[in-house]
Amino acid sequence: MQTMTALFYIFSAVLLIASFRVITARSPVYAALYLVLAFFSAACVWMLLRAEFLAISLVLVYVGAVMVLFLFVVMMLDINTDAMREGFWKHFPVALVVGVVIVLEMALVLMPGFDVRTAPPMDGAELTLGNTKLLGVEIYTKYLYPLQIAAVLLLVAIIAAIALTLRRRKDSKYIDPAQQVRARKEGRMRIVKMPPTVEPQPAAAAGEQK
Amino acid sequence: MILGAVGLGHYLSLGAVLFALSVIGIFLNRKNLIVLLMCIELMLLAVNTNFVAFSHYLGDMQGQVFVFFILTVAAAESAIGLAILVVLFRNRSTINVDELDHLKG
Repeated sequence: MQTMTALFYIFSAVLLIASFRVITARSPVYAALYLVLAFFSAACVWMLLRAEFLAISLVLVYVGAVMVLFLFVVMMLDINTDAMREGFWKHFPVALVVGVVIVLEMALVLMPGFDVRTAPPMDGAELTLGNTKLLGVEIYTKYLYPLQIAAVLLLVAIIAAIALTLRRRKDSKYIDPAQQVRARKEGRMRIVKMPPTVEPQPAAAAGEQK
Repeated sequence: MILGAVGLGHYLSLGAVLFALSVIGIFLNRKNLIVLLMCIELMLLAVNTNFVAFSHYLGDMQGQVFVFFILTVAAAESAIGLAILVVLFRNRSTINVDELDHLKG
């Protein structure tokens, strides 16, 4: 139990320091990298809470995909951070007051009200099946319909992200095949009726040919 | 150093501090849209920590199911948010919130 307590304090300290650096970092690249550290420490905290599957999926989904996306966008955009940093600390006193009030109010309620020190002991199902299988059973039986809605939501997100950022290239030589198939002779060629005319031969040329 | 056993209150307080930090971050980085999105991710992380803590200490699996769905929504949200950011930067060549004051394109 002592080791778990020490680990909790270590991971929490790393998590809070990393998130403080996220909000104060000078460059968005540093902010994204510290956010990776914050997510990783949060995954360790979740591991202490015996949520193994969610901890691993937090690392895989967030650190592996979302944060790489963030880094990609940060490096793709040419951002002038100095202009954004001006007046950075102007609203810090108000923000500090708001943050401290939030923490104090929450601590006032949480510390006496939720003084649950021990988790219920693991029952037989959890010991034999494991966290991942239990979560899967729960999701695929009780929450099957929400799961499908979540899948549709992800699909919509994919389509929306592609549709938003897709643009037609100006220098592309792409031709629409349907337009090619629809092409007919009448659209390309015009036959002009012309009466035949005979030009009068000049006299000098007629004389040379003899 | 004698450290007592960690209870539900500790984890909830950790979530509260994390949430307050991201609120402060939204106040400070009010001009930089990318860091604003990162602060929203931190807020969701704080909420998810609360869910996982309740799920552990009350012995109920449904909290973890909810975290699963929140992760899905958060991933979709950040993907669309970053796509909007890229389009915005392409049109206005800035993501400074102060300069995004034109309602009419």
